[in-house]
Amino acid sequence: MSTLIIAEHDNASLKAATLNSVAAAQAIGGDIDILVAGSDCQAVAEQAAQIAGIARVRVADNAAYANALAENVAPLIVEIAGDYSHILGTATTTAKNILPRVAALLDVQAISDISAVISGDTFERPVYAGSMIATVQSSDAIKVITVRGTAFDAAASDGGSAAIEAIGSAHDAGSSSFVGEEVAASDRPELTAAKTVVSGGRALGSEEQFSMIYQLADHMGAAVGASRAAVDAGYAPNDMQVGQTGKIVAPDLYMAIGISGAIQHLAGMKDSKVIVAINKDEEAPILSVADYGLVADLFVALPELEAAL
Amino acid sequence: MKVLVPVKRVVDYNVKVRPKSDGSDADLANLKMSINPFCEIAVEEAVRLKEQGIVSEIVAVSIGVQQAQEQLRTALALGADRAILIATDVAIEPLAIAKCLKAVCDNEKPDIVLLGKQAIDGDNNQTGQMLGALTGFPQATFASELTLSADGATVKREVDGGLQTLSLTLPAIVTTDLRLNEPRYASLPNIMKAKRKPLDSTTPEELGVDATPRTSLLNVRLPAERQAGIVVEDVSALVDKLKNEAKVIS
Repeated sequence: MSTLIIAEHDNASLKAATLNSVAAAQAIGGDIDILVAGSDCQAVAEQAAQIAGIARVRVADNAAYANALAENVAPLIVEIAGDYSHILGTATTTAKNILPRVAALLDVQAISDISAVISGDTFERPVYAGSMIATVQSSDAIKVITVRGTAFDAAASDGGSAAIEAIGSAHDAGSSSFVGEEVAASDRPELTAAKTVVSGGRALGSEEQFSMIYQLADHMGAAVGASRAAVDAGYAPNDMQVGQTGKIVAPDLYMAIGISGAIQHLAGMKDSKVIVAINKDEEAPILSVADYGLVADLFVALPELEAAL
Repeated sequence: MKVLVPVKRVVDYNVKVRPKSDGSDADLANLKMSINPFCEIAVEEAVRLKEQGIVSEIVAVSIGVQQAQEQLRTALALGADRAILIATDVAIEPLAIAKCLKAVCDNEKPDIVLLGKQAIDGDNNQTGQMLGALTGFPQATFASELTLSADGATVKREVDGGLQTLSLTLPAIVTTDLRLNEPRYASLPNIMKAKRKPLDSTTPEELGVDATPRTSLLNVRLPAERQAGIVVEDVSALVDKLKNEAKVIS
């Protein structure tokens, strides 16, 4: 068996999410290669080569791959797919965008968001917003898989010295192009990797009042999350949404502030180690999954909490 | 321009699903079924494009059991012009669904295919991307804003770091995210009118698609339950618990 992992990066540095796929690949067994597809991405390749237990880093450095457009990267992966039994990527918006396209080009049924490896062809994955865990067995020759990051502890990012090999071919479909991006610059930890997450819900009432969540998070060195309701209402940006169709988090401490706890939200955070819920409604479903619940008005409790920490 | 909108029949998002007693699959007996919420957003977007005069025809298509006609009627009531049911009793996978949709694209030649980014039953998030691969059309997944003209589509996408904008040539695939729009409710007159709109029926076999599953579902189970916690009196009790019992803050 041999696995190809699609590196998650921004052309300058390797994203830690890649390490969760490495852990999943180690659970599958066999040689592990990493593909770095990007533009001026040599530094990423060098970082990837230091991950323990990697056989080869294959680098496709071309302007066509600068923005990880699926139309260009998918044929590149297909070109080298024959060398592998498994193709993995951590279930970020990048891998979720590219890997199903790869699977269809290879005529295989992709397996999304695995939460456990049972064997080389059998995997567990959450379905119905995490209400159930399904065990699925693939009969395809090449398994194309996205990995739920929170379900696999990150592999060691150093200690390795993999060979770096260049892939020369350039696939430029010419049918899509990158126009721009709005990425919020923030000194806060990344939501999916943070040890502590403070999340706010609709009860915050406005974008201005949502700043109380940022304030507490900064005080605690935490990342900021939000419920769908808070994002829909415009209190917080979309990249903060935690839930079934947003981000999946599993920090040591998850603080749900003014979040009622719809099943779709619980799907994104119920694997957190410790859950705290502050809600003025004692019937709120979030309190049934919280280790510590506080029934209180958040506008009173939050300043008290900040002062006490 | 012509829009193709695939819609999926799924368990209603308010319903909590449990495994069958033998753990072989989800128990869907007698549960309320609805149009997948992301597909509903796709229908709404198509209808708005038609109202703006950019789109002239909306074709809704569903792949699944005969009863998926109900979800197609919903799409027709929301404003689709006609519908196609690709009937099958197989638990059809995204790859086979994409192959069926590819066949429909060959026949219908849409300028744009608008799909939900994922269905809330299997949570796969694959069909749009797979259809992109099979048709060779470019794709913009997780759309929160769509601008369509004869020259192409400009799509704002919800990505992990924030928002990304792509420009696509037509024909193109766009999959919807939650913030693209807020779907309307079908009015009673439109529900009545939808009953008379054309609904054609075919099968994967007639379209030349082998729908044999590539994966087998070995079992489904409930996830590990969280132990119920405690309700604390006040903030200082909470801080004490976090420091001294859970030891997650210092």
